[in-house]
Amino acid sequence: MAHASAHAAETPAGAPVVHDEHQQHPIKLYLVVWGWLFVLSTFSYLVDYFHLQGLLRWSLIIIFMMLKAGLIVAIFMHMAWERLALIYAILIPPVVVLVFVAIMVFESNYTLLSRLVFFVMGH
Amino acid sequence: MAESALTNTGAVATTPAGWRQVTSDWSSDQRAFKKVSWGKAMMWIFLLSDTFIFSCFLLSYMTVRMSTTVPWPNPSEVFGLHLFGQNIPLILIAIMTFVLITSSGTMAMAVNYGYRRQRKTTAILMLVTAFFGATFVGMQAFEWTKLIMEGVRPWGNPWGAPQFGSTFFMITGFHGTHVSIGVIFLIIIAHRVWRGDYDVERRGFFTSRKGNYEIVEIMGLYWHFVDLVWVFIFAFFYLW
Repeated sequence: MAHASAHAAETPAGAPVVHDEHQQHPIKLYLVVWGWLFVLSTFSYLVDYFHLQGLLRWSLIIIFMMLKAGLIVAIFMHMAWERLALIYAILIPPVVVLVFVAIMVFESNYTLLSRLVFFVMGH
Repeated sequence: MAESALTNTGAVATTPAGWRQVTSDWSSDQRAFKKVSWGKAMMWIFLLSDTFIFSCFLLSYMTVRMSTTVPWPNPSEVFGLHLFGQNIPLILIAIMTFVLITSSGTMAMAVNYGYRRQRKTTAILMLVTAFFGATFVGMQAFEWTKLIMEGVRPWGNPWGAPQFGSTFFMITGFHGTHVSIGVIFLIIIAHRVWRGDYDVERRGFFTSRKGNYEIVEIMGLYWHFVDLVWVFIFAFFYLW
């Protein structure tokens, strides 16, 4: 992050020289992230293995999922070292999908209610 | 021109940061993604569109599961295996998850060795990644065969809500297709790396542009995305 902003020449002359900005990080970083992904996957598997139920199960699944997704995007896909213009352009649109989720939750509840009223209680 | 470039580089204090940098990048009347090559930017935009496709699949799965009056089959039992004289829940899916994460790790290292211009190490790591990817697809084929033998169809199954089969085949099938395409591209790029195309900047047969080791990173973006999608499928379809 620091080295990227240190020589931030946003001039047209500087634009074609793109290939000097390589993503170069020590191998150790990838091995550490790799290890964490293994640990987090084991944790999410254990959630199912020990038959955790209810809110605890769902919150643990979501937490481990988000941590794994964050590590993959930030370190493996190098998003942590990209410019903010790219980070926001790529990461904000998927967040807006949550609105779609909310709409479909309303829709499914309505469908379920209709099915219960007309098909299950109906006869 | 050169003078203004020099003064701009020197004036670190006036370089915008945070949201001001974002707005200045986007309103610069030039390329919006500074210092990102077109290949990488286009791969990211493709991955964003692919995110929406998988979002739609997972959303439709959520909708049918929430709205059905029939109980949903328990994935823990459906995907369990009978091994060593006992039933282990979800074990096949857990192994598939570890295989895919391992392939992501080798891919990340391939990208790193690519930029160090160690072409043979890069190519071997990419082939190892492709091998793990093919293993994953093989295990998925085994899983599909097992479920089809047990009577799972897109229109019904022996354990509960009929939508289970349709969402299962749709989501895992689409993901498996992505992995298979990734394996094919990994082998193609690994072959070019091994041949030394990116050391001599050999031009691509399709784009006629000079090739360089960034293609390994772009390939890696696709591969990590496949792993990323599996994280969400694992959480929402298999564990939920």
